[in-house]
Amino acid sequence: MKQEKVFAQLEQKGVSRRDFLKFCSFVSATMGLAPSMTPKVAEALTAPQRPPVVWLSFSECTGCPESLLRTTYPWIDELLLEIISLDYSETVMAASGQAAEDALHATVKKHPGKFICVVDGAIPTAENGVYGMINGKTMIEIAKEICPKALANICIGTCSSFGGVAAAKPNPTGAKDLESALGPALTTPVVKIPGCPPNGINLVATIVNFLLFGKLPDLDAKKRPLFAYGKTIHDTCPRRSHYEMGEFVTEFGSKEAALGYCLFQLGCKGPETYNNCAIVKWNDGTSWPVQAGHPCIGCSEPDFWDKMSPFYKSL
Amino acid sequence: MAQRIVVDPITRIEGHLRIEVEVGDGKVKNAWSSSTLFRGLEIILQGRDPRDAWLFTQRACGVCTYVHALASVRCVDNAVGVTVPDNARLIRNLLMGAQFLHDHIVHFYHLHALDWVDVVSSLKADPKKAAALADQVSPAGGNVNEFKAVKARVKKFVDSGQLGLFNNGYWGHPAYKLPPEVNLIAVKHYLDALRQQARTARMHAVFGAKNPHLQSLVVGGVTCVADLNADRIAEFKYLWKETMDFVNNVYIPDVVAVAGFYKDWGKIGGTTNFLAYGEFPQSAKEPESLLFPRGAVFKRKISNVQPVDINLIEEHVKRSWYEGDKALNPAAGETKPKYESLDVNNRYSWMKAPRYNGEPMEVGPLARVLIAYGKGHAPTKKAVDGLLKALKVPQEALFSTLGRTAARALETKIIGEAMEGWMGQLVENLKKGDTKTYQPYEMPAQASGVGLNDVPRGALGHWIEIKDQKIGNYQLVVPSTWNLGPRCAGDKPGPVEEALMGTPVADPKRPVEILRTVHSFDPCIACGVHVIDPQTNEVYKFKVV
Repeated sequence: MKQEKVFAQLEQKGVSRRDFLKFCSFVSATMGLAPSMTPKVAEALTAPQRPPVVWLSFSECTGCPESLLRTTYPWIDELLLEIISLDYSETVMAASGQAAEDALHATVKKHPGKFICVVDGAIPTAENGVYGMINGKTMIEIAKEICPKALANICIGTCSSFGGVAAAKPNPTGAKDLESALGPALTTPVVKIPGCPPNGINLVATIVNFLLFGKLPDLDAKKRPLFAYGKTIHDTCPRRSHYEMGEFVTEFGSKEAALGYCLFQLGCKGPETYNNCAIVKWNDGTSWPVQAGHPCIGCSEPDFWDKMSPFYKSL
Repeated sequence: MAQRIVVDPITRIEGHLRIEVEVGDGKVKNAWSSSTLFRGLEIILQGRDPRDAWLFTQRACGVCTYVHALASVRCVDNAVGVTVPDNARLIRNLLMGAQFLHDHIVHFYHLHALDWVDVVSSLKADPKKAAALADQVSPAGGNVNEFKAVKARVKKFVDSGQLGLFNNGYWGHPAYKLPPEVNLIAVKHYLDALRQQARTARMHAVFGAKNPHLQSLVVGGVTCVADLNADRIAEFKYLWKETMDFVNNVYIPDVVAVAGFYKDWGKIGGTTNFLAYGEFPQSAKEPESLLFPRGAVFKRKISNVQPVDINLIEEHVKRSWYEGDKALNPAAGETKPKYESLDVNNRYSWMKAPRYNGEPMEVGPLARVLIAYGKGHAPTKKAVDGLLKALKVPQEALFSTLGRTAARALETKIIGEAMEGWMGQLVENLKKGDTKTYQPYEMPAQASGVGLNDVPRGALGHWIEIKDQKIGNYQLVVPSTWNLGPRCAGDKPGPVEEALMGTPVADPKRPVEILRTVHSFDPCIACGVHVIDPQTNEVYKFKVV
């Protein structure tokens, strides 16, 4: 599709060329693509057949779907109406009960091996999974039925990626991340976008990568996209120079805190946490935890609830 | 003949909920509410650093993302005996206010509206008529080109054959009463609200780092001292003003306009008793200084608001998946999970059934508004009387699905207006050179604390026992347990179960009417299920029978 045609189509939808290009540049930048790729990103986002997406919510708090709702490049309404076809999501879908179940199964049947499956929440496995049931089925049964039929599974959030809060000690419900819960039954590719919750932009960028190149982005050993999880918070932190100078905050609300000194001694887990919070920031670049004077708690790392706590104790 | 309907999953809520009803003669005769997910957060908290508790409890819910954070730091503040500085109180109030603005807008448009608004019908609307109608109902008026564009956008979406999140909705159901033009206005505002909520959530990021799951609280205060500058306050104020314009020009006019077509729902979905802990401390004095007062109302007697005694709270387990049938106060509760099977004649939920003085109590916007009204809170009285007059309905109409949804809109405006005062006080403090945001404290070896809050979905209490400077016991009694819990030992239905009785159901295969009443409570379930034994601190081996 030619670029002009793309813009004409967009303007029909009431999306200005300027806004859309701004968004495409932002996504390209998040993904670490050259600016020359921006028109290709635009093209990928306006394909006539929108890719079907089903979103399965298991043992979770809905923070991950909420995080996606905060996306502003593109706006969430554009994502839902013009970019993807969100065929199942308990959080936002109109249908309930059997009608919702029917929608899920219709998509899986119609697009076998072709739909994207997004999973948030851990999967309770103790006592045959009775701690999480939807429509009479355990969450583990649902995952076993749906995930192997997807083109790819995107684990959004630390719970589906690594177990998360439900799996924190003593893990009363035997909660597991998707890969561990399904084991060899999961034959389709997995990408993990951890964070509690993760920044919505990282999910959007992963989907765009997929639409653009027809494949998942490059991943690290923990299956996290390198474009977002390639560097530590510490290495990208604007307060890094204070660390090097030995300028630390030792009490909240202090003069040093007001001056924006390094939070390492108050327990910042930035040196051991791989994420791009310091670069892309949150909510349209408004802020992020260290900017708000709070130590990083390492929320995108495996087992951070146990390994990174007590959170106010320095590494 | 009576017919059973099961709606599972209930979507457009937080968490996992199943509703079963028995329908006869076109009406709900009986109802059972089941929570079908158990996470055990309170077990996970045991033995940890009390300062960390709020980060864990916050993960009870990513929708009401701030409320379990605030409830927890208040609870631990109370246990360690620290009074937070005035600036910290103001910042905490502002973040809580922003939570209400965000939550209620999202609830009305994205979680509730599709029960009243037929998206497909909007395609039959005349954009000119829609714009003329918008001129009548909203101070901001309507723009015909915008309505044309939205209609074209929806048409293109429907024509694509990929209905996505609107697939399998109950479109065309006879219970949908809005004319196509009102549907088009509502669909436009559904889309506008998707963008507005992202901007409103930025208020949280300004002083709270990010949303969801803010990260600027600590026991003793807040951490965002570097953000207490003119730039940030102006940014917050701009986002607040934009949100209030939306509330005044879009949200409230829409609620009034839609309610006008559904006045019969002013007689459906009511409950009997109401409880509010109250919220927004205007000084260090609680509960005296709370903007929304603390109180309890029995048998709908709002002229007789009773004081609240937390010792009268008991949690029942007779109909829940726990051992035994003892009803105990949260401070002395015991809980032994034991899943059998989902049997509405026996045990059918992971939620316990909280009762106050033995009675089920509705909590949330309607409870807060009724109690504030009963106590003569002037802004609430003005808002409620104005609404009743505009809709030409009697005061009894408040005790209903419609009343609950309207109360939510009214309190959004009242809270939003109060926020302006808190911003002003913050500026005054800073002008005087008071930049204090944190009060240091010593962690006691042994202590106990409680934090009472009123959050978008209702009364929320956190209780902590500190032992050897660690969490010995942590307990949450949350709004959705009050509203959506099962029957108690005395067999009294919970509020949503009571509210559903008598609800008309035109087509048992497409029970949109059930969704209306269930969604009017804004269910938020993930926080509702938890386990603790403060006596032994034992982590139970869960049994499946």
